[in-house]
Amino acid sequence: MDFNLSPEEEAFREEVRDFLAENLPPKHERGTDFLQKVWLPKVREKRWVGFSWPREVGGGGGSVMQQAILKEEMTRAQAPPLGTSWMGLQWVGPGLIAYGTEEQQQRFLPGILDSEVVWCTGYSEPHCGSDLAAIQCKAVREGDSYTVNGQKIWTTLAMASDWIILLVRTSTDPDDKHAGITCLLVPMDAEGVTVRPIKSMSGVSIFAEVFFDDVRVPIADRLGRQGEGWQVTVMALANERSGISEVEGLLRSLDRLKALAKSSVRGGRPALEDPDTRRKLARMETTIESMRFNGLRALTRQLQGEGPSSETSINKLHRTTLEVEMGELGLLLQGNAGGLMRGAEPVPDGGRWQRMALSWPELVIGGGTPNIQKNIIAERILALPKD
Amino acid sequence: MNFGFTEEQDLLRSEARKFLAERCPTSEVRRIGEEQTGFCSKLWSEIAELGWPGLAIAEDQGGAGLAWLDLVVLLEEAGRYLLPLPLLSTSVAARAIREAGTERQKASWLPRLATGAQIGTLALYEQIDAAEAEHTKLQACRKPSGAWRLDGEKVLVPDAPQATLFVVAVRTTEGVRFAVVPADSPGIEVEAFPTMDLTKPMGAVRFSNVEIQDDMMLGGSVAPEGDSHTAVYERVVARATAALCAEMSGAAEANLQLAVDYAKERIQFGAPIGRYQGVKHPLAEMYQALESFKSLLYYAAWTLDERPEEALRYVSMAKALGNECVIRIGIDAIQIHGAVGYTWEHDPQLYLKRSKWSRAMYGDANHHYDQIASMGGL
Repeated sequence: MDFNLSPEEEAFREEVRDFLAENLPPKHERGTDFLQKVWLPKVREKRWVGFSWPREVGGGGGSVMQQAILKEEMTRAQAPPLGTSWMGLQWVGPGLIAYGTEEQQQRFLPGILDSEVVWCTGYSEPHCGSDLAAIQCKAVREGDSYTVNGQKIWTTLAMASDWIILLVRTSTDPDDKHAGITCLLVPMDAEGVTVRPIKSMSGVSIFAEVFFDDVRVPIADRLGRQGEGWQVTVMALANERSGISEVEGLLRSLDRLKALAKSSVRGGRPALEDPDTRRKLARMETTIESMRFNGLRALTRQLQGEGPSSETSINKLHRTTLEVEMGELGLLLQGNAGGLMRGAEPVPDGGRWQRMALSWPELVIGGGTPNIQKNIIAERILALPKD
Repeated sequence: MNFGFTEEQDLLRSEARKFLAERCPTSEVRRIGEEQTGFCSKLWSEIAELGWPGLAIAEDQGGAGLAWLDLVVLLEEAGRYLLPLPLLSTSVAARAIREAGTERQKASWLPRLATGAQIGTLALYEQIDAAEAEHTKLQACRKPSGAWRLDGEKVLVPDAPQATLFVVAVRTTEGVRFAVVPADSPGIEVEAFPTMDLTKPMGAVRFSNVEIQDDMMLGGSVAPEGDSHTAVYERVVARATAALCAEMSGAAEANLQLAVDYAKERIQFGAPIGRYQGVKHPLAEMYQALESFKSLLYYAAWTLDERPEEALRYVSMAKALGNECVIRIGIDAIQIHGAVGYTWEHDPQLYLKRSKWSRAMYGDANHHYDQIASMGGL
């Protein structure tokens, strides 16, 4: 056990810090063009976009440890994202690198790296969210193309996306529902694609329904073989974060919550004199720190060449609980003002806690509900019988 | 960066596990616990032979010279098998001597603790729920002869009935210090208590007009430069707390495994009960709590030797989360076992009782959350 970085890793951390000190002005000085015109070209030049991807395909070839360092420093410095297509960088790119043809890689990867093409993911359907393998959106092969009919839902930012990575059913075998799933890449402006945004309880639209009505997709835009879609998806979902980089963000949120507690009054006394409030905050801090070390244990396993480990599910569950609890305490500390919205004079922090209390489901439900995470832990790690 | 155990640590763990599986099955734990003394000197001499009491004592004082993290590995296994021996107590008593003692004092006390010839324990508690230095009232008065006179009471001392050597927190005019007091010193009275956890003997130790020579008062009258008696005290308690957490982690893991195994074999409504989410999800939550506790514990143990400035905060975090974890697993493992879970003959009760003992020792969750809040600027 050794939590010190090697000299090379330390040097890389310095390189990242120096770069950030030189190229990242404070948030309020960044201006509207900063992301697209200044930041993205610079980080692209450093090859930090797609940092984990091999250099041959335009990535950065960063080691697992370097990736962790880069993420941690970026989060700590409150840097903007390393690209405008999170789904593209997180899921589509790795999928293309593992399963795509050379032609597909050349066609799609530069667009993701240069933040020119934004991707969304078409997984969930109205009747199947947690049970993803039960999808029904159908693709029928006719000559050199598929014809797709069906519907996706909860597609994040579908209305702002150029392409969708889509799971479709190409055959039906009741004994092996996974075998009939295929992965297609479809432009959102293809004929027959309709997007209908869903307004969430926070008042904004992040998700959308996407309808496919006789949409024709050339064979050349299939990712992997026919019937290989499940493997492509599992690979992509496995490519998730160990959760270390989230720790810095959560600690920053906690700092704001502590600041709120310091300035709040409960029952006529400073909130910080209330043992319950103090302990709640301390418990959150403890959970966040445990996530850091869960993440480092996972990272160690990754460095030793083992696959993604249980700590990822554990941290996801913690994250879920924390998002809810922090939003809750943020409202509780406001007393009756907790029911007001941004713009009302007594509401602190620009309505941050109101927003958090209304938007956690986007984080919590997407990518597997807490109950699904518990199933994963119970079945894959504790080897309990499947439902 | 490497958050893994070394080959040596893995070996230490597997050897300890092998020994304990053979020599300390729960049948033996029960047998020893139900005996009058609650202590098996044969088993103690066997683990002394293996060098366990001296694992973290320096080599030139007769120990194996290993780090606190290595002791954590060993104590996790001791906890897993509910080893009913004063290994934890002796280890932390030795550590107090190492932290507070002069070279001479270390040389005179540590070798006999390392070989197991002496059984040590730390005597801190004067109130049932507070082990901070500030609550120490037991008086140590300097006599004109240079010797010290001790008067007062330690109300809860782990392994007091077996201990041959007490390392006692005492109040002096220079602050709170540690004194080494042989259990057979005139004026010492030990009262053994009946305990819920039969593997953890406890007692009160009363000191009336106990005289000790100056060389039994640890350290000089002035704490080492840049240090204070209180800081030494806090370091000792942090070590003790981390060591206790290791026993808790091992015990909780064993207990969770009992519950998981039972959930796989117990058939109700035509299926193993572990198939039902009402059983499966609590088990997943307990696993989540346990793994998160372990992550904090290992890091905390590492900081004790490598980054002492971070240690107090992470030890508190480990103990806070550890308390919640062992209590939850203690209770829920019984529930998952159903009616057999609360019989004397099944093992979950042993772990439940251990969890109650562990929770209070060196501070419950609220105590540590309060510490964390203060350290976190609240």
